[in-house]
Amino acid sequence: MADLERFRSDTRSWLEKSAPKSLFGARGDALEGVWGGKKAVYANPDRKRWLEIMAEKGWTAPGWPAEYGGGGLSPEQAKILAGEMRYLRLPAPLVGFGLTMIGPTLIQFGTEEQKREHLPRICRGEIRWCQGYSEPDAGSDLAALQCKAEDDGDHFLVTGTKVWTSYADLSDWIFALVRTDPKAKKQAGITFLLIDMESPGVTVRPIQLISGASPFCETYFEKVRVPKANVLGKINGGWTVAKALLGHERNMIADAFGGSDRGMRRTLAEHARRYLPSVGGKLSDPLFRDQIARVELDARAFALTVQRARDGAKAGHKPGPESSLFKVYGTELNMRRHELLVRMAGFQALGWEGEGFEEDELALTRDWLRSRGNAIEGGTSEIQRNIIAKRVLGLPD
Amino acid sequence: MQLVLTEDQEFIARTAEDFASERSPVSRVRELRDRADPIGFSRELWKEMAGLGWAGILFPEELGGAGLGMAELATVLEALGRRLAPEPFLSTVLLAGQALRLGGSESQKKSWLPGLITGEKILALAYQERGSRYDLACVETRAEPDGDGFLLSGEKIQVLDAQVADAIMVSASSSGGISLFLLPKGAPGMAIARLRRVDGRGAANLRLDRVPAARSDLVGSIGEGGGLLERVVDLATVGLCAEMLGAMSEAFDQALAHLKTRVQFDVPIGSFQALKHRAADMFIEVELCRSAVMAAARAVDEGSEDAAKLISLAKARCSDAFILITNEAVQMFGGVGMTDEYDIGFYMKRARAAEMTFGDAAWHRDRWARLSGY
Repeated sequence: MADLERFRSDTRSWLEKSAPKSLFGARGDALEGVWGGKKAVYANPDRKRWLEIMAEKGWTAPGWPAEYGGGGLSPEQAKILAGEMRYLRLPAPLVGFGLTMIGPTLIQFGTEEQKREHLPRICRGEIRWCQGYSEPDAGSDLAALQCKAEDDGDHFLVTGTKVWTSYADLSDWIFALVRTDPKAKKQAGITFLLIDMESPGVTVRPIQLISGASPFCETYFEKVRVPKANVLGKINGGWTVAKALLGHERNMIADAFGGSDRGMRRTLAEHARRYLPSVGGKLSDPLFRDQIARVELDARAFALTVQRARDGAKAGHKPGPESSLFKVYGTELNMRRHELLVRMAGFQALGWEGEGFEEDELALTRDWLRSRGNAIEGGTSEIQRNIIAKRVLGLPD
Repeated sequence: MQLVLTEDQEFIARTAEDFASERSPVSRVRELRDRADPIGFSRELWKEMAGLGWAGILFPEELGGAGLGMAELATVLEALGRRLAPEPFLSTVLLAGQALRLGGSESQKKSWLPGLITGEKILALAYQERGSRYDLACVETRAEPDGDGFLLSGEKIQVLDAQVADAIMVSASSSGGISLFLLPKGAPGMAIARLRRVDGRGAANLRLDRVPAARSDLVGSIGEGGGLLERVVDLATVGLCAEMLGAMSEAFDQALAHLKTRVQFDVPIGSFQALKHRAADMFIEVELCRSAVMAAARAVDEGSEDAAKLISLAKARCSDAFILITNEAVQMFGGVGMTDEYDIGFYMKRARAAEMTFGDAAWHRDRWARLSGY
């Protein structure tokens, strides 16, 4: 106990002394910030320095083993560090799929060479990773993926298309699921491959959404040579690795839900008063007023459920069934909220760009359009309900 | 506020669950209804529950209570709610009992609370009127000054357990405000008409025709009963929500079991995706309600400023969720869900009655909006 207290005060003084002054109070949310990689551009040079300072200490990945560039901290110490960073309102020095998805999976399944090659570069923010899972014909049914990897001795030749690869155009490496045995049962013929995006034969095309530009891309592989040393786990054993990684991804999303209040900048009532009449502070339209209350009640009940899950975990209870509703409920709530915001704004929510609309009205329109994807990405609401039915409720296939 | 049961609360919950499953199966409710029981619950079982300390949970230890809070009482009510147990927690412990605890004179407390806590005395609180809907302040029953006392005249509806109460607390308008009077059973001019409700819960309409009341029968100060009334109705609302949570959980469990065992077209019907998705939605509703009820109970215990909003959150969501779940459950049971023989109909009827008790979902959404400033 005394050691942890010493660690806390040492950590706080070190952070106060070492962090660039401009970054105190610059804390954003989990997906903003520095992603690193060869193509990284730093608007604020202090962000680059902060990355270097923390990477040197191993604190971009505080819980990872020190020999691979991590901080080697115990879970209690890592929690203390996170708390001190929050207290000082310091941003995370590095974010991205390297830290949250492929890194933990490498630690779990990687060979010694793979860990030594990839983990330190993730920790230093030198290499940025993206995820190659979905394909045009393999979305919810991921195991139906067709991107093939032909055996070429000590290499594979990879040919196929991946879609919805976030930030593929800014990434240095991709972890991809490929089919190595077309004759085996769907899940049984899949291999988890680590591929250098600079390999000949890799092309990337950004995807425009109905809401405008997006980080999503299509990634094409045309006979790309990938050494067999880049197989993570066993050949044809990729589905196991993929499932483990999805678990890490789910933790990342759960953390993002529990934390910030993105998009809650404008309250529904404030927004309503801007566009709708009120008398003595009370909104005149009883239908909108009731709908605002409905969304707020649901948001509060949802927040209380997130808190209940967290309180249970803190008390040492096994995770309850309530956390399986987070993704499906949280996303649909967000979508309903945007529907209501847009309907209350009326014509002012119809702006695409330019004159006649305020900046935040244009942003609302884009946010509404983008929100329509929330119930699709990261596991559709239909799949989520199937999962709840099967895993929580025990309903038969 | 920790939305997790403490070890003590878990112990109370387990005790309540064990007792309820052994001593209070849902078949009791059916039997009480079938014989048109005049009391509407079991006095013996009520005394047993009191013996376990449940009637006294909220009362101070000096009076024989446990000095605990709504968080504890909610676990008991949830277990009993699972079986639709009709014992008089809402009327006696929460409405009238809390009015006495928070606003009664020393003499009133001494006369009534010890007997309430042992399960011997039953009390009722008559506040609702035909034209008032859920507005506590809308009171036409008058308390006219008569010498040193008053004469009460008016009509009250849907008074829980008035048919068996040893005393009935009545809200009446006087001195420009609302006053609460505690009237003994059989008071002259008081007529009680038992109601046979679809949910079987014991209730009666009350007719007051110049019923005499002394100053000493006032609960709290004259003309200032409105605040006390609102407070105890809020407490009773939390209790009702805990019952609703238990009942909706049980209805959902029964529907789920049916989905797994009912075979049609050679497969369990739970394998049909449409039903899986509806079941998933029912599950989500129960979990959200659980969080809201726990938060409301704890906010009350902590004296939080947020309590009234959280109570409205709990009642609005429990009202809608309980109805959704029971309507869906009847549908999933198919033809047998419509039979009286099956228990699920009792849950659906309870859901409807609970919806309209202490404010429906729309009323509470309105209160939420009002408390939120819009």
